[in-house]
Amino acid sequence: MTPAGTVGAAAQVLLVGAGSPLLVGVMRQVRARMEGRAGAGVWQPWRDLRKLLRKEAIAPDGTGPLFRLAPLVLAGTALVVAAVVPIATTASPLDGSADLFAVTALLALGTVALALGGLDTATAFGGMGASREMVVLALVEPTILMSVFALSARVGSTDLGAIVTSTLHRPELVASPASLLAAVALAVVVIAETGRLPVDNPSTHLELTMIHEAMVLEYAGPDLALVEWASAMRLTVLLGLFANLFAPWGIAGASLVMLPVAVVVFTVKVALLGGALAAGEVFMAKLRMFRVPELLAGSFVLAVLAVAASFFLV
Amino acid sequence: MSGASALASGGSALVSGGSVTGVAFAVAMGAGLAGAVAGTWLPRRVRPLGAGVGTAVSGAAGAVAGVAAVAGHPWSAWLPDVLPLAGARLTVDALGGLFIAVTGVVGVCAGVYGIAYCRPHRSHALDGRAVQAVTPLFLAAMLLVPAAASVSTFLLAWELMAVGSLVLVLAEHRHRASVREAGLWYAVMTQLGFVVLLGGLAGFAAAAHGESFARLREAGGALSPGVRAAVFAAVFAGCASKAGVVPLHVWLPRAHPEAPAHVSALMSAAMVNLGVYGIVRVGFDLLGGGPAWWWLMVLAAGAGSALYGILQATVATDLKRLLAYSTCENMGLVLIGVGAAGLLGHAGARTLAALAMTAALLHLVNHSAFKTVLFLAAGSVVRAAGTGDLDALGGLRSRMPVTTVLFGLGALGASALPLGNGFVSEWLLLQGLVKALGSGGTAVAVTMPVAVAVVALTAGLAVATFVKAFGVGFLARARSVKAERAEESPPAMLAGTALAAAACVVLALGPVAVLPGIAGAVRVMLPGPDAVTGPVTLRLHGVASTLSPLWIAVALVVVLAVLRMTVTRRARRRARLWDCGMGPLSPRMEYTATSFAEPLQRVFDNVLAPETDLRVTPLEESSYLVESVTYRARLGDRIEHRLYRPVIAAAGWFGDVARGLGNGSVHRYLGYGFCAFTGVLIVLAVTR
Repeated sequence: MTPAGTVGAAAQVLLVGAGSPLLVGVMRQVRARMEGRAGAGVWQPWRDLRKLLRKEAIAPDGTGPLFRLAPLVLAGTALVVAAVVPIATTASPLDGSADLFAVTALLALGTVALALGGLDTATAFGGMGASREMVVLALVEPTILMSVFALSARVGSTDLGAIVTSTLHRPELVASPASLLAAVALAVVVIAETGRLPVDNPSTHLELTMIHEAMVLEYAGPDLALVEWASAMRLTVLLGLFANLFAPWGIAGASLVMLPVAVVVFTVKVALLGGALAAGEVFMAKLRMFRVPELLAGSFVLAVLAVAASFFLV
Repeated sequence: MSGASALASGGSALVSGGSVTGVAFAVAMGAGLAGAVAGTWLPRRVRPLGAGVGTAVSGAAGAVAGVAAVAGHPWSAWLPDVLPLAGARLTVDALGGLFIAVTGVVGVCAGVYGIAYCRPHRSHALDGRAVQAVTPLFLAAMLLVPAAASVSTFLLAWELMAVGSLVLVLAEHRHRASVREAGLWYAVMTQLGFVVLLGGLAGFAAAAHGESFARLREAGGALSPGVRAAVFAAVFAGCASKAGVVPLHVWLPRAHPEAPAHVSALMSAAMVNLGVYGIVRVGFDLLGGGPAWWWLMVLAAGAGSALYGILQATVATDLKRLLAYSTCENMGLVLIGVGAAGLLGHAGARTLAALAMTAALLHLVNHSAFKTVLFLAAGSVVRAAGTGDLDALGGLRSRMPVTTVLFGLGALGASALPLGNGFVSEWLLLQGLVKALGSGGTAVAVTMPVAVAVVALTAGLAVATFVKAFGVGFLARARSVKAERAEESPPAMLAGTALAAAACVVLALGPVAVLPGIAGAVRVMLPGPDAVTGPVTLRLHGVASTLSPLWIAVALVVVLAVLRMTVTRRARRRARLWDCGMGPLSPRMEYTATSFAEPLQRVFDNVLAPETDLRVTPLEESSYLVESVTYRARLGDRIEHRLYRPVIAAAGWFGDVARGLGNGSVHRYLGYGFCAFTGVLIVLAVTR
């Protein structure tokens, strides 16, 4: 446990915690401008969070302790993941505690908590959202693990720090067929996991088409603030993970001096990725619920090809 | 259990090895017998107490014996007077000890639970002599199976276990007709499995010229490949039917919903393990490993079982049926690990083989822990609400808070999420499979990605399954009057379940507590260094991945506490749920288990092939106006339908035709006798 690693991990948590609403703001602003609207500005998500936090806490009729616990678990898992994954440093003291499998499982734990919270409301919308979210989760899992498989095959480890460091040492590996196929597969996974178009529409107002929003329909005030904040953090972490798995340049190893640089570089990378995602969403419509499995099956096939390529083409 | 009496009487018995192990094992057998006596002779009122204490003591002593054997005190005994001709041979080594310890702990939980569960409650009573006397005997037989060290002892214990469990499955045959059908399925499957196992092991013993395991071990490697393959195939088929591996699983989803809860726990958390025990004992220890196709067969059976089991569990609406299918799934995962270990062992990658085997055995232990919790908690629910149908449950969190928390812990383990115990073993399994890619040629390179994909999809669907089981069954509002009136279980039932839940927590946070024991068991089969080391952070031998479940848990709890104290500390105001302005919501509007699983059912339509029937009755006046709509959906077991129904139909047809042979005429029977006798004489004359 190096001091640089500890400082780096703390910086990561702060960066993700404070920066993720800004990322959402940037994405909304990009989208608004491309659609010819003025947009509310990048600070709007932060203003929303502040407003929600000042509101009164609500206990809807008939909900139990799990309903209240779910937003905490969702935000908690996102924060722990932010401390673990190599965002700004590869030397996080928690890096050895959780590898890529554990990170995806931790994110799944947050999703499960929210789904249980949705079921706990005993409304049709809560159950519907939970059911749909579980379908997406169950079908995304094979793609994630196969992509992890493809990425770890060349390193011999599923530890995130090890994968990122090895890419730093041998940058030509990023252009290998295995890596490119895994990148496409993981991109689909990131979109599905964060509930973006075309899998889910984060700005929908029609309950029948909702996935994520249907689960959180009953949350209000500070609870809703936590859920929104956690969703933004998950988006940031997943985009950041994606960026650093395939383009880790600029990340700090175990040196303190590099850390501010790494933070800036990471911010730029994630802002670019988020902007691209938002720009892509302008031209896309949401898929029908029962077309989503086809999309995920496609990404699974790519992941399988990535594994095959990592074995046969190296 | 007869071993105990012979030990007491001494005779010409030959005993060697660790005294702790031997004494504890004898106590386990003696307590099992005493429990059976108590269950037979005590008056009805205290009978469950006597039998339950006997079961629990037997289980505890068994656990001590198993742990002592795993810790390096093996024990063996030869009791020539116990069985005619062969005598009984017992050996408790590290591998057998692991299974004995797991069975013992499950026995303790089931025994304590049974004390209260078997007392009369509403219409159901399990304090009859048969159930009470057989439960401890069943546990003793299960403890005996991994201790057997000769073919005859093994088969005897195996059959005792099978018959014991059959009697227990039939416990409530007077109350429900479905129990009789389940019992019939179970009896046929378990006895057919026994016949195949008997054939395989008898053939093995004949070829090896001796029936003690020591002799088989010596001769196993030198037999001809054909004999070895036949022995392994027969043992695999026999044991797979006991482990509930698809397609030999059909008895499991029938027997579990009908059996009493503590019996379900014993069967699903301890008995199915012994199927795996038979496979690894014969395949690795006695036969010393085998060619790649054996293990590919095991792996394929495991993968099929894992996927099919979890798919059926995803769409199951009966709580205990869901758990039974989840057992198919988890045994499949264990067999994936066993198959991978065999394959890698064959390819010469010893370290990785040991890792895969460690993962398989750890998953087996984890499965026993969480499945005990889940079945016992499910039993509490069925007892309190009078139904295990998830579509009629809900809202139990306020009526049965302790059971809800315990079931939640078990479900967390079963869904392989962090903080649950299943996560650690699935993580190890994935590490073994991922790392195996480059070591073992094309067969391995093709198999491992498929296996990883299967494990991944299984993990995803398991999450959905247990979110459904817990979220629909325990959270939200009660969907029926029965569920609304459910009451918390008595303390003994909660204590039995809580004990198993405590084991889950220990396994989840400190798997290192059991890993040395598992390493000892693995060393019996695959000698070499331990695959997993490290006190808090798990480090793998030969793989550069690490994991520390304890640190993850600590980090998560700290963050949760901070968030709780800063963000959501204010008092809450009650408010109405969002009902689209239509007035209060009724429980009829809730999502049920069926509706929850509907999207997944639709995605896997081709595999599950649900039968749906939609009938629209129009009004007489106009065909455009609907009078009534009936919709019926049925989700059967497709393998049962496609594979077993034709066989059963053929057997029935054969029976009908054969009935024509016996029309009551004595002359005809004499004629049959004459023809048969002459036929035998002719055969003898020709062949001699």
